[in-house]
Amino acid sequence: MHIPAMLLQMLFVVGFMLTATNANGGDIARGKQVFAKCSGCHQIGKGAENKIGPHLNGVFGRKAGSVVGFPYSKSMRRVASGGLVWHTDSLNAYIENPRILVSGTRMSFRGLKNVQDREDVLAYLRSFSDNPSDIPEADPTANKIDHAVDPAILAIQGDPEYGQYLSGECTTCHQASGGDQGIPSITLWPEDEFVTAMQAYKNKIRVHPVMQLIAGRLSDEEIAALAAYFGDLKN
Amino acid sequence: MILNRRNFLGTATAASLSAKMVMSGEGGKPRVVVIGGGAGGATAARYIAKDSKGAIDVTLIEPTRTYYTCFFSNLFIGGFRDMASIGHSYGTLAAEYGINVVHDWAIGVDRDAKTVSLAGGGAVAYDKLILSPGIDFVAGAVAGWDLSSQNKMPHAYKAGSQTELLRAQIMAMPQGGIYAMVAPPNPFRCPPGPYERVSMVAHLLKETNPTAKIIIADPKAKFSKQALFQEGWADHYEGMIDWVGAEFGGANVAVDPDAMTLSIDGEVTNVDVCNVIPAMKAGRIAEIAGVTDGNWAPVNAADMSSKADSDIHVLGDASSQGDMPKSGFSANSQAKVCANAVRGALTGSKVFPAKFSNTCWSLIDTNDGVKVGATYEATDEKIAKVDGFISQTGEDAATRAATYTESVGWYAGITADMFG
Repeated sequence: MHIPAMLLQMLFVVGFMLTATNANGGDIARGKQVFAKCSGCHQIGKGAENKIGPHLNGVFGRKAGSVVGFPYSKSMRRVASGGLVWHTDSLNAYIENPRILVSGTRMSFRGLKNVQDREDVLAYLRSFSDNPSDIPEADPTANKIDHAVDPAILAIQGDPEYGQYLSGECTTCHQASGGDQGIPSITLWPEDEFVTAMQAYKNKIRVHPVMQLIAGRLSDEEIAALAAYFGDLKN
Repeated sequence: MILNRRNFLGTATAASLSAKMVMSGEGGKPRVVVIGGGAGGATAARYIAKDSKGAIDVTLIEPTRTYYTCFFSNLFIGGFRDMASIGHSYGTLAAEYGINVVHDWAIGVDRDAKTVSLAGGGAVAYDKLILSPGIDFVAGAVAGWDLSSQNKMPHAYKAGSQTELLRAQIMAMPQGGIYAMVAPPNPFRCPPGPYERVSMVAHLLKETNPTAKIIIADPKAKFSKQALFQEGWADHYEGMIDWVGAEFGGANVAVDPDAMTLSIDGEVTNVDVCNVIPAMKAGRIAEIAGVTDGNWAPVNAADMSSKADSDIHVLGDASSQGDMPKSGFSANSQAKVCANAVRGALTGSKVFPAKFSNTCWSLIDTNDGVKVGATYEATDEKIAKVDGFISQTGEDAATRAATYTESVGWYAGITADMFG
């Protein structure tokens, strides 16, 4: 009676070792290799320090922009004050393309397009948490695997005249002059970054409630129109 | 004689016109007259002038030379803003947008002749008239109070000298004294406004007069952001604020401005400050123009045009439009829909479908900001709510501080959107 149980257990352990797959889905060993793309700027593990980017020990569950002593960008500080917390889904979006979550971030990284790369590197990062096994594979509210905007949406040519009309809804808060006191500037952005940001609100990847509401009812064409209008707004 | 913008700029010049004189547009341009230079009127004037690029002659009639925004005036009472920081002039609208700014009172509207007459004499002709006069108070709404009582018992619900008077009265309260508020019935300007004000009064008293008490007599059974305010009052101002809602007699109120007493459900209390915010109605020019039905002016949701006259549009607090709260944000949002429609009607420019939104921020205490907001769409029947959100009770301090910071940014944004 005990033998099959032991056998099963052994098989499980062997199986686990063979795939070297973390219980949370990603492959830690492979993630360590992928992390080579990050290690130019970020340190992780014993004795890790802030370098070009902040150290990544215990990044899961950490509030964005909260590593003491690290000089975060204004954009990151603003997003952090809006309540961004690093968990599986937000990190997944951020490493896919940092600008999905934080327009104007200083993390100049073109992103990991491959889903498996992201899962593996997240598994590697997770292993430097205090209790890695307590961190779920995906958040209950996780949206989807891919966060990047469909190239077809990015390719939409916006109508600046329509954008000018729609912009009235933005300029109640965002200053057309580009002033950014308390509320970020939205003028003269590259159009694809504007669309990326608005789509992230629309799809509730970004958390700000007002922006989710406003972007949530804009069509892809309307977002493109706004991007075209604000992208070229001269004062 | 045709008056041009330069000689029409000042009240003195305007006052010298004969009553028969009618202003006509320059070179036969279509003429828009906007009455009221607040969140609705200033925005509409600016957007029509800006987007028509001089093709429409825009006149803005506003009695005050310095406009104090009602939004953020509570923050003056709390000591978070000075009056200068909430005061705005019309210089940019006149100089950079070519708007004829007339500092005078509009006292009559002749809908057949399509002219607006001014208190200083003269009249201004329009092709489209936009009324954004804000609110006036319903006579007899609070027993014992009328407008002549406003220096003893200020309303401070139009910002400016009334706001300064109320703060001065609060500062002069004896230690342990009583500030009373008579809150208004629905619908009224700025639904969270009275409760943000109470928060700001409490903040001020906590610093200067910590044993003072606050009584709110409220004809309503509930109010905007109630859970958030009551949580904040318990956290920051424990034991200071007593809210008397409808079920405890809050609707059965009388005041005596000479004796400085407030009676709630027959129980008379001596108070040191009595902030009476009476029931409201559309600013009286809307009634004079004959576009009101009851206290407010009904409008079509698609373009904010009056249901009584398609050449008149009514914006903001004065309008009866459906689900949007009476707020500066709402008025600003409606103004842009209206401006687009008016421009389309007068110049043939493209008219896009209406989209409306609103967010109201309130400050409870230092760095403790909350907000409520929604999006709206035009239906055949009304402006209808689409979706909304509200700050949550129990939010952490960082979130609340970020909300306050955001509100400061919004103030800079909307006032730039109004005044250029």
